[in-house]
Amino acid sequence: MMWNETMEALSADEMHKLQSIRLKRVVEHVYANTPFYRKKMMEMGITPDDINDIEDIVKLPFTTKDDLRNNYPFGLMAVPMSEIVRIHASSGTTGRPTVVGYTRRDITAWSECLARCFTAYGATKHDLFQVSYGYGLFTGGLGAHYGAEHIGASVIPMSSGNTQKQVQIMHDFGSTALCCTPSYALFIADFIKDSGVPREEFKLKYGIFGAEPWTENMRRELEQKLEIKAYDIYGLSEIAGPGVGFECQCQNGTHLNEDHFYPETIDPVTFEPVKDKEGELVFTHLTKEGMPLLRYRTKDLTRLHYGTCECGRTLVKMDRILGRSDDMLIIRGVNVFPSQIESVILEMPEFEPHYEIYVDRINNLDIMELKVEARPDAYSDNMNDIFALNKKLSSRLNSVLGIAVKVKIVEPRSLERSTGKAKRVFDNRKLK
Amino acid sequence: MIAQQISVFLENKSGRLTEVTSLLGEAGINLTAFSIAENSEFGILRMIVSDPEKAYKILKDAHFAAKLTDVLCLSCPNTPGALAKALKLLSDEGVFFEYMYAFANGETANVIIRPDNIERCITILQEAKLQLLAASDLYRL
Ligand SMILES: [Zn+2]
Repeated sequence: MMWNETMEALSADEMHKLQSIRLKRVVEHVYANTPFYRKKMMEMGITPDDINDIEDIVKLPFTTKDDLRNNYPFGLMAVPMSEIVRIHASSGTTGRPTVVGYTRRDITAWSECLARCFTAYGATKHDLFQVSYGYGLFTGGLGAHYGAEHIGASVIPMSSGNTQKQVQIMHDFGSTALCCTPSYALFIADFIKDSGVPREEFKLKYGIFGAEPWTENMRRELEQKLEIKAYDIYGLSEIAGPGVGFECQCQNGTHLNEDHFYPETIDPVTFEPVKDKEGELVFTHLTKEGMPLLRYRTKDLTRLHYGTCECGRTLVKMDRILGRSDDMLIIRGVNVFPSQIESVILEMPEFEPHYEIYVDRINNLDIMELKVEARPDAYSDNMNDIFALNKKLSSRLNSVLGIAVKVKIVEPRSLERSTGKAKRVFDNRKLK
Repeated sequence: MIAQQISVFLENKSGRLTEVTSLLGEAGINLTAFSIAENSEFGILRMIVSDPEKAYKILKDAHFAAKLTDVLCLSCPNTPGALAKALKLLSDEGVFFEYMYAFANGETANVIIRPDNIERCITILQEAKLQLLAASDLYRL
């Protein structure tokens, strides 16, 4: 099912034309209204007259997260604040938060993108959406909320936290769709199990999970534990929030709403466009009024696939992003993504998907320690069994990652459960 | 003959042991014997209690890594050499122990043993006329 078949299955030619017209319009808009871009373009000796085709995008300047921070809070707004109806901001683990503003039309466009996502998952106006993303500055809660309303579904604006109540409402109201982070979904799954209420009494059909990277193994885990179909929703607040991209029923890549956000992949060193191989994902707003960004560098690595998907959509597809470059750890010169560790843990039936990664530097050597919970029945009365279990995991990690990881098995339910984006990596090297 | 031991995997964090014992205490469950095997990272608490099934349920509900395991309780006179003789007999017969722990009860010394082959262990001890405590008696000690 498609929400907007015209756009989602537009021919390559038509899409090219549409994107070209929209790009020219957005460049004219920022040149006139965003001093930051006017200055950059003048320095580069270009004007909107140089932009007549989507291919001309390569002439335009890049934008980075630092540019957003340097123009904190409203420096990149392209309309008077009286036209801005919504402001969101990223939590920003380091430095200032990044702020984004939306006009009324931006909110509608964003809701349309989310409507496409939800429809692709099979949701309709007959569904009951439990939105358990945090409501607030974070784009997750309100984003999913508006999107679900847009398709006419009934929305339960739970926000995150108060898990007991989440489960009660899910049961009593008969929620059919759950929107939250995959880590919170795990937490909720455990709660449902503990509640002792039989699964048949819940009506949950699909999980719409995003806002943090999660692996295919985690998908299987969640689908099994919750007895649902679990879909990935892609987004980043600088571009819109959730709904920049979405999976279709094929579950083998992320369709991007390219009529609103034009994606490119570039070589992160030379900045040259790359085709048919992995590169850094870059987005340009084609329709945004409030705070349009040109060639925003996401730092995420992926590959774009053009053509018609089995689902019928022609919207460009990207390989699912399993690890954001911001999350990558460099341990003794080796690149390690937390998602690789998660994948290994979930391959082993003896372990729970609850883990924390600690990195430290001792005597100039990077040390990685993994705390992980075992399944309740995997704990033994015999020391040797625990040693063997530990060894099994550490050997597997060593062979997958190419570095030694010190494994520490911890007690059940001893690691902190997250109701939002899970904090699983503690890199203490930065403190030194 | 076969008794149930309850074991709990514990990280070496202060207060966890007390939490286990007070949970059981509040439920009126008595501890007959216990031992702790530990290294620098974790410990395994093994206990003989008055009501293993109930203790297991209580600990599980509190999300402790609890487990029930079949063990034997060998009872011999609390005199030097009595225990050593019994253990030698078993090891001569090729029965190995994953672990064992002893506790004295007046005139008798009791040893909880976790043999690799529990049925064979029982046969050997019975043939040697050594006393194995019935589970129901053990829980009541
Ligand atoms: Zn598709």
